[in-house]
This record gives sequence, C-alpha cells and structure tokens, in this order.
Amino acid sequence: MSVDQATVRRIAHLARIAVTDAEVPHLQNELNAILAFVEQLDEVNVDGIEPMTSVTPMAMKKRQDEITDGALADKVTGNAPATEDHFFIVPKVVE
Amino acid sequence: MTDLTRLTLAEARDALKAKTVSATELTRAFVTAVEKARPLNAYVLETPEKALDMAKASDERIAKGSAGPLEGLPLGVKDLYATEGVRTTACSNILREFVPAYESTVTSQLWRDGAVMLGKLNNDEFAMGSSNETSAFGPAISPWRRPGSDAKLVPGGSSGGSSAAVAADLCLGATATDTGGSIRQPAAFTGTVGIKPTYGRCSRWGIVAFASSLDQAGPIAKTVRDNAILLRSMAGHDPKDTTSADLAVPDYEAAVGRSIKGMKIGIPKEYRVDGMSAEIEALWAKGVEWLREAGAEIVEVSLPHTRYALPAYYIVAPAEASSNLARYDGVRYGLRVPGKDIVEMYEKTRAAGFGKEVRRRIMIGTYVLSAGYYDAYYVRAQKIRTLIKRDFEEVYASGVDAILTPATPSPAFGVGEMGAADPVEMYLNDVFTVTVNMAGLPGLALPAGLSADGLPLGLQLIGRPFDEETLFSVGEVIEKAAGRFTAPGRWWA
Repeated sequence: MSVDQATVRRIAHLARIAVTDAEVPHLQNELNAILAFVEQLDEVNVDGIEPMTSVTPMAMKKRQDEITDGALADKVTGNAPATEDHFFIVPKVVE
Repeated sequence: MTDLTRLTLAEARDALKAKTVSATELTRAFVTAVEKARPLNAYVLETPEKALDMAKASDERIAKGSAGPLEGLPLGVKDLYATEGVRTTACSNILREFVPAYESTVTSQLWRDGAVMLGKLNNDEFAMGSSNETSAFGPAISPWRRPGSDAKLVPGGSSGGSSAAVAADLCLGATATDTGGSIRQPAAFTGTVGIKPTYGRCSRWGIVAFASSLDQAGPIAKTVRDNAILLRSMAGHDPKDTTSADLAVPDYEAAVGRSIKGMKIGIPKEYRVDGMSAEIEALWAKGVEWLREAGAEIVEVSLPHTRYALPAYYIVAPAEASSNLARYDGVRYGLRVPGKDIVEMYEKTRAAGFGKEVRRRIMIGTYVLSAGYYDAYYVRAQKIRTLIKRDFEEVYASGVDAILTPATPSPAFGVGEMGAADPVEMYLNDVFTVTVNMAGLPGLALPAGLSADGLPLGLQLIGRPFDEETLFSVGEVIEKAAGRFTAPGRWWA
C-alpha cells in the first residue's frame, strides 16, 4: 500500500500537525518508504494467532478506588503556557 | 594523583568505602571533566551545584555510617527521566522549558541509595533515533575516532549522551532507556556495557513515554559488574506503574563471576543475516569460543520470525508513539504556538515543537491506527509479535539459558552519514536488538572487539524473562576474555 498527497494531508490533520505544501512530497516519499518496508509482513501466516496484548503474562494489579493524591493545582498548572486561577487557558472552542 | 574519573563504578564505591577518597573529591573530578568535555555535547544540562550538594550529604552519611549502596557515586541521567525541579526536555523543542514537579521512580531510587546527579544527558528526540542526531540540542559526539581521522562519529542512539558520557569518563554510569535498541546499540558503538532489563523490571513512571509496551529503563556503565550494581537500585515494583513486576529484586552483583559451566547458550541461525560483514561474523565466533572454553554448551537454535521483528516494530512503536505524544497539545505544558482557533493552535504547536523524525513517526502511527488500516497493519503486527515471542519461548523451553548474537550490524558511523535519503537505512541499526523489545526479554550488550578501523564492536546476550542474573554471569565471562575497550585519547579536553 502507498499513500498519495491527499492522504498525507489527511494523516497530518488527524495527527494535528501542520504541514506546508513544500513538505508534502517529502513526507509522501518517506511514508511510502516505511510502508514499503513493512509490506513484507504480508508474507506471514497469522491465521489463528492472537494479537499480543500483554508483554509479560501478568494480571494487572488493582487497588481500592480512593483518593491518593490531590490539592496540587499549583504544580499541575505550573508548566502550562497560559493559566488563570488554576485553569488552563485555550482559544475559544464554543461559540 | 590518579585520575578519579577513570575508575569503574565498583572501584569508586570501594574507594569511598575504604575512605581513600571522599564523595566531594570524586564529584569535583567529574564536574571538571564534564565542563571540559562540552565539545562532545553529551550533557544537555549540567547540574554541578546540585551534584556537590548531594556529594556533601553523601560524605555526611558515610561519616555517620549510614551509606547507601550507591553512596557518593556520580551519575548522569538521560533527559527522558523526569527530575524534580531540574529541566527535563526529552531533547525536544516542545518540552524545551519543562521543569517537572516530580521525580521518576527509577531516579528517585538512585538518590534513595545515595547516588549523585551530575546532569541531564543528550538523546534522540523522544528517544526516536539510532544516532542521537535527532536531538533538539544537536548530536552527541562519540569520544571514539577512527585512527588518524578527526571525523565526528555518532555514539549511537537514542541513549547517545549516556553512552558518550560513560565512554568519555564523564560519569561512573548513566540511566538510559531502550524501546528498540536504545541502550544496547549505543553501548555497542562506544565500547560500554548496557542492559535492557525484562519488560516490567523497572518502573516506567516519570519517564517520558515513547512506545509504552516496548519502553524499558536500564543502565549504561563501564563494566558488567557496574551494570549489575546499578540495576539493583533501578529495578523493583512500583504501584504507580501497573506494568511493573511485583517480584523481588535479586542481588545482581552476586551473579557476576558465577560459573557458567553446563549452561546452554543458543546461537540463532536467523541472525546470520545477508550481507553480514566478516568482522561481525568473526566477533560472534570468538564469543562462542570464549563461552565454550568457560564450560558452556553451545547449541544452534532457530527464531524463524526474526526478520519480521523490525518491520512489525515500525508499526507498533509509531502507533503507540502517536497515541502517547497526543498529550503535547500546547495546553497543559510545553510549547504553544498561537492559532486562530484551537485546532490551528494544536497543529502549529506540534509542527513547530516536534522535529522531523518525530513528526514522521507520529504520522505513520496515525495512519496505521486509522479507520480501514487498523486490522491490516496494527493488529497484524501485534499477531506477528505473538509469533516472535513464541519463537523465544520455544527455545527457552528446550533448555537454553541465554542466546548470543551480535549487537549491531556495523561499528559506529559518522555524523550525517546515514539515513538522510531513506529513514529505513537508519532503522536497520536495530535489526539485532528490536526482537528483544518485541518479546519483552532482557538483553545485555557488551564490547567484544574492535573493527578493522579501530572502533568497538559489541555482542548481545538475550535472557529468559526476569533472568538478568544469567546475563551478568555470562557477560562477565565474555568481558574477562575480551578485556575492556576505552577510547584511545581525550581529544576534546
């Protein structure tokens, strides 16, 4: 499988990465090189094989659903580019 | 006076214990060496004051008789580990100013045991690379050079700052991370030793995520013993990482020097890849010979899905990365580039903040996870991963204790020499290491010889899940036979 330029633009938008017109042909070549490389996986017979969902066979540990942390608003918002009274500020999203 | 920076971590520990040197003296020696070595660009942030404060506290604990297992030992930290109050960037512009309010579990365990932090080490941006050239701070440079040449060589990647710093005596050991080979390939390129532990052996909490089902923390250091000492402090269960294993951490150092007589070492025929250079083949044969002389039984084994590991990795890892890196949105932390609405803000922020390789991998990951392609790519790759893991399980079920392979297909290459035209060229560096991540196994890389042009070449030992001890025992046999490999001169100082 290979991607065309429209697909490159669609993927970029899905990934929320702005691309310039000049970048599109390069990206298309690079993505197609990678897709051509992974094409060899089609030779493998995977009938009846379960996809891996856990790297090591272990049951996920669970704990009581209780508050273990909190009241850290200063720390949580400390690295944000724009905040006000412990709220993150973003461009208007609802008209 | 002897140069303290040339000591191994174990030697420095013993000297501190014998009180022939103080933590402050030791740390001062490293602080000076780090300053002089800026041309190597191994450190992206030096923290000399913090180091000297920690060393002073270590000296006080040593005087009181309450020293920890790593007391007073100066280490470098890969810039992927969050360090409280100390800038942590993953070597990406999108995190250029990020100062964590928390400490990663692994580093907190190092400080708990008395270690001293010298600073943060360079790496490929978000650990995506095999040469440290994708770092937003520019490439780290290997202390090694080809004889008679001043061409700059890469220290491998993604943990290139870690391997360069250890090889150049700029720390006694370093933390690193390995998603597809990022501990073992840089160790092999610089004549240092590195171990990727079993998936789940070390907590991932507080380490910047790349591909969560593959990422694992581990050390790079000068010797097998130094790795064993560091891993004991780094490993252990952490309630904050549900994939960390709730298993006791053995005294790994006790495994160093243990006899390997009667052990079964597997040699996988599928690693004899097309076009393998004669010197890599000879190195591998030498490794086999050393282990046989030490009393191990050598058996040929088969891992039939080996060749599919790398392509499957380039589906699984970018897929997980595209999901993990969705958090860099210019809202909660990191860079923000304004836009006319929130979507444009996201798009501009991520275009400006991520480098080329990271953008490329996010896009591949987005594509293979997108509607209509998910089954053809992602699910198929995860099925192949099951087959890769099964290959190893069958070999271990037949009684094999560890597997010996080359670590990399070639010695270090020059800065700017590789992958410019085709990203896949660079990816092939990890052809021998990536299977281990796909199967979640432990892998140790260590130097075993020099190439025709005088550069280190490494071998890799692959172990059973949670049996790092066997790797340390077998590794030490190779180390003893091969000797240590140090960069010929300090051209940067």
